Amino acid sequence: MTISVAMTVNGKSVSGKVEARTLLVQFLREHLGMTGTHVGCDTSQCGACVVHVDGKSIKSCTILAVQAEGSKVTTIEGLAESADKLHPMQEAFRENHALQCGFCTPGMVMSAIDMVKRHNYQLDEATVRRELEGNLCRCTGYHNIVKAILAAAPAMKSAGV
Amino acid sequence: MYDFAYHRPKSVADAIGLLKGKTEARVMSGGMTLIPTLKQRLARPSDVVDLGGVKELAGIKVEGNNVVIGGMTRHADVASSADVKAAIPALAYLAGHIGDPQVRNRGTMGGSVANNDPAADYPGAVVALNATVSTNTRKIAADDFFKGLFETALAEGELITGISFPKAEKAAYMKFPNPASRYAMVGVFVAKTAAGVRVAVTGAGATVFRVKAMEEALSKNFSSAAIKDIKIPADGLNSDIHGSAEYRAHLVGVMARRAVDAANK
Repeated sequence: MTISVAMTVNGKSVSGKVEARTLLVQFLREHLGMTGTHVGCDTSQCGACVVHVDGKSIKSCTILAVQAEGSKVTTIEGLAESADKLHPMQEAFRENHALQCGFCTPGMVMSAIDMVKRHNYQLDEATVRRELEGNLCRCTGYHNIVKAILAAAPAMKSAGV
Repeated sequence: MYDFAYHRPKSVADAIGLLKGKTEARVMSGGMTLIPTLKQRLARPSDVVDLGGVKELAGIKVEGNNVVIGGMTRHADVASSADVKAAIPALAYLAGHIGDPQVRNRGTMGGSVANNDPAADYPGAVVALNATVSTNTRKIAADDFFKGLFETALAEGELITGISFPKAEKAAYMKFPNPASRYAMVGVFVAKTAAGVRVAVTGAGATVFRVKAMEEALSKNFSSAAIKDIKIPADGLNSDIHGSAEYRAHLVGVMARRAVDAANK
C-alpha cells in the first residue's frame, strides 16, 4: 500500500510516497538522504536511531513513517546552529571525548537533549545513567558520555536551548 | 516486514467500523510490541488500524475514588502525571520503569494490557489494585481479564477504552528486571485498598497471578515479616535461559517482601 506522507523535518516541510511498512528511519535515510540517524540493532534496543517527534525522543526504527504524518521531527542534522556553531550537547560530547567509534553518538545526543529538558536542566550522575537505558554504546564509552551530558545541562540552560 | 493496509481512524467508532469483517487485521496503539513483531515477520496482518489519531482514548482523570486512564495514554504521561503521583504513586513508579525513556514516550497502557505479555508490568497493577477495564462494549473486572499467555477476555474487534484504578491506602511495585531487556523476570505489586490486600505477580508465570496466602497474611499484619515464611511453589512457573522456575519462585518472595516494605514507607 503506497501512502503520501508529509511532515516537518528540522524545520523544513518534506513529503514523499512510502509503503505502509516504511519505518520513519528508512524515510529519513533512504527517501530524504539524511543518514545522520543510524540503525544499529533494528530491534528497538540500541537507540542509535533516536530522533525527536513533536519534542519527544523516540526510536525511529520502531515507528512507521505514516505514524509521523503531520509531526515535527528533529534529527541530529537539525541541532547545530551553523557549520561552526554546534549545539551545546554536541560541543560537550566533543569536549569530553564522549565517543569512540561514533556510531551510537547521534542517538546518544538526541536522547541526552530530551533527558536534560525533561529534568529541567538539573541532572545527577545516577539519573543520567538510568536515563541512558535505551542507548547502547558497544565501545562501552559510557563514562565520558555521562560526563558530557552533565556538562551540557548547564550549557544548554545558559544558551536557552 | 510484510506490507499491509494502514488505517488511522479519528474515533473509537471509526476504529471499530474498520475492524469489522477483517479477521486478519491488527490494532496498533503505541506499536512498541507490534512493530518489532512485524519486523521479524512473526505476524502478517492484512490491515493495521492505528489508534494514534484517536484523541478520546488518551488522558488521565480523577473520578471520585478512582484514577481513570485512557487506553492510549503513554507510559511517560502516566509516570509524570501529578494526579497519578498523588493518588497511586506506585502506579506512576511502575509506568516510569517500563522499558526505556523512548519506549515510554510511545508505549501505551491499553496496548500493554491488551497484549498481556507475561513479563509486562501493568497487569500486576491492574490485578493488585482490582482495577476495572473498560472496553467499547463492557466493563471487565481485573480478575476476569487476564486469561493466559498473551490471552485476555477481549473479543475480536473489542478495544480497551480505559482502565479505572481505585486509590490505594498503601501500594508498591518491585521488579527484578532482566539485566539486558529490562522486562520483569519477576515483578510483584502489593496493594491495600478498600477491597482488601492483594498481591499480584507478573513475569513469573504464563500470565499475572495472585498469591492468596500472602494476601491473607498481610490482611492480618501488613508487614514483610508476616510473609517471610510463605514459599511459592515452582510448578508451572516460567523457566528459561534467564532463570529457572525455582529461581523465579524464590524471587517472588523477595520482591513481595521488598514491595511491602516500600508500601509501608
